[in-house]
Amino acid sequence: MARKVKTKWGIEGQVKEVEVSIPDADVDPWGMDADLKVVGKRHRRVGGDLVVTGRAKYTFDINLPGMLWGKILRSPYAHAEISSIDLSKAKAMAGVKAVVARIRKGEHVHYAGQDVAAVAAESEEIAAEAARAIEVEYKRLPHCVTCEDSMKDDAPTVVEGDKNVTGGRRPGREEDVEGALKESAATIEATYSTPVQTHSPLESHGVVVRWDSDTSMTCWASTQGTDAVRGQLAQAFKLKRANVRVITDFMGGGFGAKLSPGPFGLVAAEMARETGKPVKIMLDREEEHLATGNRPSSIQKVRAGILADGTLNAWSNEAHGTPGVGGFFGVPSPYIYKFKAVNVKSRSVRTNAGSSCAMRAPGHPEASFATELAVDELCAKAGLDPLEVRRKNDKHAVRQREYEIGAEKIGWKHRPKTGSQTGRVRRGMGLASSRWGTNHVPGSEVQVVAYNDGSLELQSCVQDIGTGTKTVLALIAAEEFGVKPSDIKITIGDTNFPIGPMSGGSVTASSMGPAVRLACAAVKKEVFEQAAGELGAKPEELVCADGRVVVAADPTKSMTWKKAIGLLGGERLTRTGKRFEDYKGFNDEVGGVQFAEVEVDTETGEIRPLKIVAVHDCGRIVNRPGAESQVIGGVIMGLSYGLFEERRMDRQLGMMVNPDFLWYKIAGPMDMPEIEPVLLEMANGKNNVGMYSLGEPPCIPTAGALACAVLNAIGKPVRSLPMTPDRVLEALES
Amino acid sequence: MKPFELVQATSAEEAVKATTEVRDAKLKAAGVDLLDEMKAFVTSPGRVVNLLKIKEMRGIVASKAGTEIGALTTLAEVASHADIAGGYAALAEAAREVATPEVRNMATVGGNLCQRPRCWYYRLPVYTCLKKGGNTCYAIEGDNKYHAVFETGKCPIAHPSNLAPALMVFDARLHIAGSAEEIAVADFFSMKDIKRENVLAHGDVIKKVVLPVTKMTSAYRETREKQSFDWALTSAAVGLELDGKTCKKARVVLGAVAPVPLRRPEVEKLLEGKEVTAALAEEAGAKAAEGATPLSMNKYKVKLIKAVVRRAIVAAAGLKGD
Repeated sequence: MARKVKTKWGIEGQVKEVEVSIPDADVDPWGMDADLKVVGKRHRRVGGDLVVTGRAKYTFDINLPGMLWGKILRSPYAHAEISSIDLSKAKAMAGVKAVVARIRKGEHVHYAGQDVAAVAAESEEIAAEAARAIEVEYKRLPHCVTCEDSMKDDAPTVVEGDKNVTGGRRPGREEDVEGALKESAATIEATYSTPVQTHSPLESHGVVVRWDSDTSMTCWASTQGTDAVRGQLAQAFKLKRANVRVITDFMGGGFGAKLSPGPFGLVAAEMARETGKPVKIMLDREEEHLATGNRPSSIQKVRAGILADGTLNAWSNEAHGTPGVGGFFGVPSPYIYKFKAVNVKSRSVRTNAGSSCAMRAPGHPEASFATELAVDELCAKAGLDPLEVRRKNDKHAVRQREYEIGAEKIGWKHRPKTGSQTGRVRRGMGLASSRWGTNHVPGSEVQVVAYNDGSLELQSCVQDIGTGTKTVLALIAAEEFGVKPSDIKITIGDTNFPIGPMSGGSVTASSMGPAVRLACAAVKKEVFEQAAGELGAKPEELVCADGRVVVAADPTKSMTWKKAIGLLGGERLTRTGKRFEDYKGFNDEVGGVQFAEVEVDTETGEIRPLKIVAVHDCGRIVNRPGAESQVIGGVIMGLSYGLFEERRMDRQLGMMVNPDFLWYKIAGPMDMPEIEPVLLEMANGKNNVGMYSLGEPPCIPTAGALACAVLNAIGKPVRSLPMTPDRVLEALES
Repeated sequence: MKPFELVQATSAEEAVKATTEVRDAKLKAAGVDLLDEMKAFVTSPGRVVNLLKIKEMRGIVASKAGTEIGALTTLAEVASHADIAGGYAALAEAAREVATPEVRNMATVGGNLCQRPRCWYYRLPVYTCLKKGGNTCYAIEGDNKYHAVFETGKCPIAHPSNLAPALMVFDARLHIAGSAEEIAVADFFSMKDIKRENVLAHGDVIKKVVLPVTKMTSAYRETREKQSFDWALTSAAVGLELDGKTCKKARVVLGAVAPVPLRRPEVEKLLEGKEVTAALAEEAGAKAAEGATPLSMNKYKVKLIKAVVRRAIVAAAGLKGD
């Protein structure tokens, strides 16, 4: 059943009162003008003290009595048939407790890094030695590790039974694009390319698995989805879900590659069962690069046109990219801006390299880079201002405001004319945009436990992957109960508790926040019913403030929360809140805009990012430093993608030649510009808190904004990521 | 890595003995490079002889005869030592650019000179390359973005030492325990034996580096992709003995562009006897890049040579701008 309530939504300065329809059982939404004491302010991270003093226990830190270390033997070849596999030498080594093959004679390995066998031993060192003692004979088969090789007519098959190249549907009509190109004032034809980007979480993938009986297990996992890991472990070992417990207390980062137990998790569980001892497997950095998923590459052959008035008129993109041996390639192209005639063809090219998987905003950074730089090339040719062209071809209300804010903060009016500089070091500015859905997972649950001594606890299986979920939950509960955030104990990342969402798609905070309010409201309702009589008021006249239950209209009438909860009798009261669907709200698309200023040394090809202004919207901000930190982290990741990161494959033996942090380059502190996160003040009216996604969007536009700034500085586009000195120098010579 | 025996040497001579009596022994200073190689199974010594406890191989001593740097002196000490920064600026600057503060606090002068190539084919065990006793260089046909652009015919590693070009500028000499007593740094680096990058015999220990007194002003410049923790794409150490503005003597040595640090006598000749100006520095940069034979993916390095040489000359001569 639904009821109507009035709320205020909109962007600061353009707020209006509207009537929204909400579920009967929901609490009244916090509108733009909600008087909040805790939410939206600056707070310390819950558990931050434990992290910075090294006391937080990550999966890596879990060491159990009698625990064994697991190690995986991986294929050194990109494509090979297993001629023989002999485990006997490894099995005979002192300290080795289990050796299992992961592949049989006659089967094929399809990339260098694929798991072949695994061992469990008394120490990590013995396990590594034993893995090397496994004797495998490979019969090498021809491989393709680049799109170019895989797309050749006579290319060897990458994965038996699979076509090398799939896709290619063209929904639009190329004739329409041809016509639109002809009527355009300026056109471009150019190829944009982006590299395979690997996941580089600080904490690598890993698990510790302990069988508690023949039919039950506990798994500590560095995962983005405790419940997903539980489900997959239960399925793999034919266990009841009830008998599998997954725990993720502190987690060292995940960008889409930690959504399952992984092959390493399954083999750890297998070896733990075989030995009767807990088994720990943490992957090393090389394994991270080779075998845990990545962002596909892209090669986007673009033809585009713009009218003299700045209308984006034509867009054709013939794109392909490699997701390796698994997954798919695709780009949401053109990105953000509306072109009148569009035709996009996309093909996915299999190669003998580690499989792709979800990676922070899949497809978006790739699509953004090509679209943004192409738009700026059109602007440069037509003599148009890139900011005005974006404003004209993007009607999104949130981004329209963000264009204004960002332009002001970067000083857009000082942007030089493209190609006008002649000095050795040249400066430039560029901008790019992002979009994301208002994603959330209805049904996400959290429970509040109110103890009779007055203490409060929140419990859910939802995990905090480093984004500050614990803090978000604590602040909303603190607001509801009128206590300090530190007064709320947060116990999450444990499948013994109610179901939370998997942290993928930027859903975690916005799925959990509204559920917290509902759980708190359910507890308060029962407490207020008991307290009302004593306070001489009706339950609906009571509020929580400063650790007390207070009559709103007469604050002299109050009692402590501890006394109030005591009136219920019993030791504790547990109530669950469950996330409703979003309401039909003000805005269905999260918007972001980033402005970059760079300096390019034309003698060395070095790009120095000077400043990035990142204007993003996440609906209601719950913890301001946490939200800002999300934006800054996204910018850092996007910058690293734009300037440094690239998986490099050797065609001779089919290996990744840079599976480390020396040659797979990720941005470091000295590479950082000034990053100014700006969170748009707005209310979206879509749920009782008014929050939505922020995790993925900030990493999307950074590379595109940097590329546009480089074009502005040197007058030449650098059309390949990463924009390393060799590519900048090549562009300068073109 | 494989299990190994650890020997704690208390003198250079003891280290030589402990290393030479076993065929698969390796010397270890800070271990920054050796442990990486051992973890990757590129090398698996049965014995590791630790030099770090040899106190007399640490520290910097300046005298009228020159400056002596113990081989175990850290790069951080070299970078911040007043006598080095004052008299041998290129060396201090080269040390300052290495890796990260953490690495510089551990890594030693001797280790920097003896570190193995960073060629990824050398570092990945599956590639049995020339340096590992194989009969193919994978870099020539493969991914050679970061490889050499001079002397590229056989094994085009880019020599990774930052300090080496600077030490060559100053005609530094190495004092050795083992098969020789002393060797000029210019004669030290060699790929005559393709499996090695210097002339040390098995077990030889560099005890110290001796810098003669110099009248040169000097500078070191490098370019790289990242500003945090990255290897030089190209580097140049330049020393100039100036009489007023006129160059009496010049030394120009390139790093990261050849299998060994590469002295460029043609550039030195060009500079000597002339007034050092921005234009001459530019000309010298172009000269330094002449004769390069880049591989399929590293032509850009030739342009970078021009930049680093020009900049190092400008800085060494104290000209305005950079």
